[in-house]
Amino acid sequence: MDSSNTPTLVERLDALYEYDREPVKEDKLYGWSTFIAMFASEHIAGTEFVLGTLLVLHGVTAFDVFAGLALGNLLAVLSWAFMCAPIAVKERLTVYWQIRKIAGPYLTVLYSGLFAIILCLLAGSMVNVSTTAVSLTMGIPSPNYAAGETVPSIPWILVAVGVGTVIAVLAVLGFERLTHFAKVVAPWMPFVFLAGAIASLPSLGVTNLSQFWDVANEKIWTGEAHEGHMQYGFWSCVGLAWLCNICQHMGMGDVTIFRYARKWQMGFCSAFGMFLGHYMAWICSGILCAAFVHTRLAAGDMSPNPTPANIAMLGAGYAGIVCVLLAGWTTANPTLYRAGLAFQVATPNWRRWIVTLIAGVVMIITACIPAVLHYLDRIVAYYGLFFMPLGAFIFIDFWLFPRLGLVQNYAERKGLLASWPAAVGWFGSFAICFLLYAKDNYESLGWINDRLPAMLAKYHADLFSQVLPAWVIAVTLYTVCSLVQQRLSPTVLSSEVQQ
Amino acid sequence: MTKNSHFFLRLVSYSGLAISFLPALLVFQGMMAKETYFQLLLVGMLLWFGTAIFWIKPDDLGG
Repeated sequence: MDSSNTPTLVERLDALYEYDREPVKEDKLYGWSTFIAMFASEHIAGTEFVLGTLLVLHGVTAFDVFAGLALGNLLAVLSWAFMCAPIAVKERLTVYWQIRKIAGPYLTVLYSGLFAIILCLLAGSMVNVSTTAVSLTMGIPSPNYAAGETVPSIPWILVAVGVGTVIAVLAVLGFERLTHFAKVVAPWMPFVFLAGAIASLPSLGVTNLSQFWDVANEKIWTGEAHEGHMQYGFWSCVGLAWLCNICQHMGMGDVTIFRYARKWQMGFCSAFGMFLGHYMAWICSGILCAAFVHTRLAAGDMSPNPTPANIAMLGAGYAGIVCVLLAGWTTANPTLYRAGLAFQVATPNWRRWIVTLIAGVVMIITACIPAVLHYLDRIVAYYGLFFMPLGAFIFIDFWLFPRLGLVQNYAERKGLLASWPAAVGWFGSFAICFLLYAKDNYESLGWINDRLPAMLAKYHADLFSQVLPAWVIAVTLYTVCSLVQQRLSPTVLSSEVQQ
Repeated sequence: MTKNSHFFLRLVSYSGLAISFLPALLVFQGMMAKETYFQLLLVGMLLWFGTAIFWIKPDDLGG
């Protein structure tokens, strides 16, 4: 595969990102406060109302939540600080260009297209969250997936289509103003989460702090999964907190953000997003969920439906409803916008607004599938496991390859359209980790156990504990294959690096 | 925007945040009814959004 035959598709998609192909200049760098504000706003989203609730429904204990989430979020912060930010400030390039250098343009197009699809799913889940708020104020009940309602009612679908259409149109019109509005919303939301949780504690029987831990174990994080939910534990909490943003830290997605940082130490600003959004907010939404379920059971409702709107209404009244609506809306919009950008990589001839509208249609359809919220934690985990390897290759290419005597950015230097070591490492690591999980969790794949060596057959993987194995397998495959590739093809590299 | 008006806007915004949180502590202590707390949360929300939009500046990190 030679760059002299580069098809126009590659040229066109490069042109799409032309404006940010140069490293960020010194005078464009930002300081600590910008990154603190950015992380605090980006990681308190509508989905926090869902993930904190899911941990309660999956039967974790109070220790699992408080200690597991603390460890998982700490690992996430360290991943940002020691893996993502140092490369970002040294290279000062977007993740698009970093992946393109090591994997070649074809794999980058594939990455972008698949990434756009998962972004549409996530944007859909956020629309779903906002729709629960609007539908509650209109007296339309949200579907209760756990109680078997797999399809929403027609009025609920109409509300979801309305909310999704507004979000899609705003994304088409440009989201700069909304990004500013999201920044304004961000400091207010943690207060609503915290206030709602504190005000709900008396309904669980907590009237002073000394009672909290006992009640937390007896009524909130009871250690028993609710019907229709798998049992989670300590490592599930660690894994979920670490995995849910793995594309951004170990997957290097946030090099695009940190290329504007003055110092790599600004990677520690991620702590404000993690410990406000994925610690405090998850714990608060767990308390709100338990208070709602407890209240509804006491009122004789035997299948309570702890939707984001229902739990926020109980804890914070109409301010809580506004919080749910805005939390979903302000994060769905930039997510959809990025999905449109990512889709456009695969369709460079299409107009931006058409691509964004198509992404909007996928988002709206996703929003109308109650299973998306029910399985959001697992969707997030698959998303992390699948997209993380390419970022892992950036890390290895940057730090390890020079020490092994391997050529960095080999695909770019050789003008390859696709790097086969990257393809093997990417799909190989995901396939191995998925099959090791699926063999025990999907009946149709149970036969795999019969064909595996006893040691692997006995290995029962939790999806959330696959982060490290996936990373290790990915970088091992990539490094070994790169050794083979560069030894088999030791041609003199052009001194002119293709830009 | 003058320095004084900027200070005043920030003061009102932070008051809004305080009103969005402190009443919850009173509900927890049993010193305030939940209905009153809900109304105060709405007041806090209006104070915050009515003023913070004018002094929180947008940025562009190219994300």
